[in-house]
Amino acid sequence: MGTMLEVRDLTKRFGGFTAVDRIGFDLAEGEILGLIGPNGSGKSTTFNLIAGALPPSAGSIKLEGREIGGLSPTEVCHLGIARTYQIPRPFRKLTILENVALAAYFGANRLISRSEAWKRAEDALTLTQLPTDPSVRVDGLGAAGLKKLELARALATQPRLLLADESLGGLDEQEMDQAADMLSDIRRERGITIIWVEHIMGVLMRVVDRCVVLDHGEIIATGLPQEVAHDPKVVEVYLGTDAESVQTQVAGRSAGEAAGGAAAC
Amino acid sequence: MEFSLLDPFLWETVIQGLLFGGVLALLSLGLNIIFGVIDVVWICYAELIMLGMYTIYFLYTDFGVPLPLAFLAGILVVAVLGALLHHLVIRPILHTEPINQLLVTGGVLFFLQGLATMMFSVEFRNLGVSFGSVSVAEMYFPVSRIIAFSVSIVAVVALWLFLKKTYLGTAIRAISQDRDVMPLMGVSPRKIYLVTSALGGGLAGLGACLLVLLYDIHPAIGLTFGPITFMVCVLGGLGNMIGGFIAAFIFAEFIALGGFYAEVEWGYVLAFVFFIVMMFIRPQGILGSKS
Repeated sequence: MGTMLEVRDLTKRFGGFTAVDRIGFDLAEGEILGLIGPNGSGKSTTFNLIAGALPPSAGSIKLEGREIGGLSPTEVCHLGIARTYQIPRPFRKLTILENVALAAYFGANRLISRSEAWKRAEDALTLTQLPTDPSVRVDGLGAAGLKKLELARALATQPRLLLADESLGGLDEQEMDQAADMLSDIRRERGITIIWVEHIMGVLMRVVDRCVVLDHGEIIATGLPQEVAHDPKVVEVYLGTDAESVQTQVAGRSAGEAAGGAAAC
Repeated sequence: MEFSLLDPFLWETVIQGLLFGGVLALLSLGLNIIFGVIDVVWICYAELIMLGMYTIYFLYTDFGVPLPLAFLAGILVVAVLGALLHHLVIRPILHTEPINQLLVTGGVLFFLQGLATMMFSVEFRNLGVSFGSVSVAEMYFPVSRIIAFSVSIVAVVALWLFLKKTYLGTAIRAISQDRDVMPLMGVSPRKIYLVTSALGGGLAGLGACLLVLLYDIHPAIGLTFGPITFMVCVLGGLGNMIGGFIAAFIFAEFIALGGFYAEVEWGYVLAFVFFIVMMFIRPQGILGSKS
């Protein structure tokens, strides 16, 4: 497996405030990386730097060897990176299918036919378990549905790297589990590499291959979920409470893997 | 005058109003799409129409270009002017206070009007094309107005289909809802804005084709149609194309019926009084949203 993304010394300053401070990590092709940290730790900024929403102050971001730092969001999208928003931002006056078809049509890096875009949109909707009926409007969707639509829209651009921003905020426990499984399925079935940003660690730990933990714009831990969950610095940042639930999740994952006869990673 | 529903003149008036409403609906379309998508009011919209009328006039009378080609050229010229207006005037100040955009296009209005006066003089010019009129059951209608009405309706429907059925149209509708999300779907808002501006200009150009058949051309003709076009849009709910469509017919009937019972000027007075009253009752316009 090759390297999908290479982040080196990535820095973002807003005036005198350094939101992201010389962070670096690699992302292997087909990997799911959890980017976690409490509110204000610099996750979203990192995300916006990769997605092209913000230009970096310093450092580099390479997508398959090609520097993408400072490119416009449109260019980044055409290079195969898609993102979701923490707070879903659908076009409410369009139908669900229109929302997704729009992303399929314009997100493709070349001119594609109307029917091809339509097909890609339907495919993305099926993958996210949303209705493909062209008349269904956005209004009827609940929090979970809107998250799915956000995901469908990103997938319709046929990305190689998906940036999922706090995909679980506002969901109940069952919905969180479903969403986590969905990301896991997307990776398995489509081979899409994923960076998953969350401030809660919980269910994320069950699905991700590796974690990068940010605090105050710096990386405080990197490693397997069970490693970072027990890392004293991470536990301190999360004040124990969340770390406990994380350890439960990680335990659940190990148990599940043992039961399935899968080799430990 | 006695009121009678059997009076053919009354019906003639109502239908004349309807025909005029179609033209107003078309005029409001371009202004509405610009506002709906870019959130900018082109105060100088009717001046673009005026330049389109001159383009058609000179191509046809001075250069002997066949009328259909002159019309096409008029539409293209104004479409380019629309794109230029956006690129040179609107875009540099798009992210500043909305009042700035209003004022600057107001400035462009007087600039264009002054320019036209200098270049073309204040002389009233007429294309000199007449299509005659048709009579239906004792009622007479100028063919030019029927053409203008038909073209307006076709344009309104075509625009609706474009916005509903094409990806570019869908993108135009989408960008009016959330500008920041678009790039992440691979859409460049800059390009969409430029295309929308050209589209708004093209619609103004089409308006020029129709008005040039109906009215004399002079540098201040924008002042005749600018305010009423703007008010049609506001009454319908700025940016709401269906609202503008309905409002165009309301205005047109006020003017036509006012002309029937008194004088056309009274029709305008009544229409504007109605407009002011409506602004108290429904400031967001007939179909506008509350915001």
